[in-house]
Amino acid sequence: MAKVKGDIVIDIEKCKGCQVCMPACPNDVIGVSKNVNGKGYNYVETVNEECIGCANCAVVCPDGVITVYRKRIE
Amino acid sequence: MDTISKEDIRKPENIVYKRTELLTDKVMSYCPGCGHGTAHRIIMEVLEEMGIQDKTIGIAPVGCSVLAYEFMNIDMQQAAHGRAPALATAVKRLNPDKFVFTYQGDGDLAAIGTAETIHACNRGENIVIIFINNGIYGMTGGQMAPTTLEGMKSSTSPYGRDIKSMGNPIKMTELVAQLPGTIYVTRQAVHTPANVRKAKKAVRKAFENQKLNKGLSFVEIVSNCNSGWKMTPNQANQWMVDNMFPFYPLGDIKVNED
Amino acid sequence: MSMKELRLMKGNEAFAEAAIRAGADGYFGYPITPQSEVMEYLMAEKPHERTGMIVLQAESEVAAINMVYGGASCGKRVMTSSSSPGMSLKQEGISYIAGAELPCVILNAVRGGPGLGTIQPSQSDYFQSTKGGGHGDYRLIVLAPSSVQEMADFAPLAFDLAFKYRNPVLILSDGAIGQMMEKVELQEQRPRFTEEEIRKNTPWATMGKTPDRERNIITSLNLDSHVQEEHNIHLQAKYREIEKNETRWETIQCDDAEYILVAYGTSARLSQKAVDIARAKGIKLGLLRPITLFPFPTQPIAELANRVKGILSVEMSAGQMVEDVRLAVGDKVKVAHFGRMGGIIPSPPEIVEALESKLIGG
Repeated sequence: MAKVKGDIVIDIEKCKGCQVCMPACPNDVIGVSKNVNGKGYNYVETVNEECIGCANCAVVCPDGVITVYRKRIE
Repeated sequence: MDTISKEDIRKPENIVYKRTELLTDKVMSYCPGCGHGTAHRIIMEVLEEMGIQDKTIGIAPVGCSVLAYEFMNIDMQQAAHGRAPALATAVKRLNPDKFVFTYQGDGDLAAIGTAETIHACNRGENIVIIFINNGIYGMTGGQMAPTTLEGMKSSTSPYGRDIKSMGNPIKMTELVAQLPGTIYVTRQAVHTPANVRKAKKAVRKAFENQKLNKGLSFVEIVSNCNSGWKMTPNQANQWMVDNMFPFYPLGDIKVNED
Repeated sequence: MSMKELRLMKGNEAFAEAAIRAGADGYFGYPITPQSEVMEYLMAEKPHERTGMIVLQAESEVAAINMVYGGASCGKRVMTSSSSPGMSLKQEGISYIAGAELPCVILNAVRGGPGLGTIQPSQSDYFQSTKGGGHGDYRLIVLAPSSVQEMADFAPLAFDLAFKYRNPVLILSDGAIGQMMEKVELQEQRPRFTEEEIRKNTPWATMGKTPDRERNIITSLNLDSHVQEEHNIHLQAKYREIEKNETRWETIQCDDAEYILVAYGTSARLSQKAVDIARAKGIKLGLLRPITLFPFPTQPIAELANRVKGILSVEMSAGQMVEDVRLAVGDKVKVAHFGRMGGIIPSPPEIVEALESKLIGG
């Protein structure tokens, strides 16, 4: 059975830490970082490896800072 | 199998979503969590998918989105408060082969620009109007808007909007749907992935209508203003669901298929 | 076949016809007396069938000037016309157009004010026209026709100046010049700009971002005060350039004159008659007629002030242009004002009487 594995890359310098992406994620992949970016925002980051590449987070991100990857694994 | 590395996944051929090239690299000036950014992005994605960047002229007047031209990588005109539909009328009539849209907030479209909005809709100008309704004047610091709900607090209705003394919130979208010049009138939101996808389809349909010279398409996007509403972004989205949507229900209001 | 043509026309109609022939792309207006003939003529003429020119009746003067703003942003030759109360409404849009440095042509058939005032001819919008009009530091190029022929001639001239300087050009007329009929020679039809010409000659125009250039932005907004001041300095330099290159005036019987009238538009026509009456009485009177009100013919007036005994500014207002005449003259000779208001046109004998009482006898 084919399985998909996803990953996201967050442009942390452009992330404003609004957290709108968090409830959009079906697998609770995203959490708030303890660190802040150059603008002083606590940006979001991945907190587990459960990403399926559904792109929900990127679709709701108001600042368009998330790039989503998905690979089919045979 | 589970040992697949991030490097294997993060390859260009595996990209399923990335920021459209039609947004500039500038960090948008909107507050964290504001729906403006998402609305900007879906419009730019539609233009990119339709391949009409070189034929599109956007017009954003005064309001939070006054600097939209900093973020949308297309030719843009900055209009006076409320006047974008007048500019768009001329741009489209003088350039019938171009795609023209306005991007207006509620203060702009539903208060100071009411005449321009109604008459552009009534003439059936072959343009797209994107109307961002967050029930407040965000840019100037959270004053009452024409769309502010009854009882809703703002800096100029600090005890809540009193209908008797401050008037009723206006449903511009239902209003313009009654005009024969509008071909497609819809109300959308961009707070969840499903809503964003629907809103994007609506925007796409609006531009396709323009391509077919069908008339004026009007897309309202009910949005949050978490700083104006004084909530966190996710709280604001929930407040929007609980309070804005009952008064401003989502969905198509008018779809003329001919 | 010569394409020039002689016709008997009203000033407003001549302006409209000349605008079509000047290759105008669009007219956007709202009816108001005494200039409604402009849009009526254009609608009847169907310029869309002649040249492709668009004519649209807007919902207000505010909308009309903002349609002009949108069209001008695309590098198109666009225009509007109105009269004083309507011009007040247009000032916001004109300020944006001047701030964004866009070309356009605006006709004001001035009527007496303030408020709704009268529909009769007046020159009481001089300050509004020549000092900016709306908010912010800006100037319009202001042309003052005094005949039907000039109403026609100034349409192409106004477009050319507007594009040369990326600046709105105002034609300051009134109901007398707009509605009188005179013989007029019309210029041959000029072609409208093609998109290729627009992209080449006005590379700032918002015609769609092509891959070979950055996006074009039309705006008058500069949140950074230093950038805004730079923009203001640039605008002022442009206005000085316009003053240097574009000042236009006419002198009539000034060579031996001991007294001078300064008058434009309708007042200039009557002042010319006043010159004849005065000369018949033995008064050596001449007339300087400003053709551009901005830029104002300061230098020629200053030179005349070196050799005359007095200067009378004749205007259909409480005395507006006279301030510019006084700035030009300084304390060299006495400058007086004579004017009628409220839509009353001064008679030539009245002008001569005013000259005698205010300057010769005074």
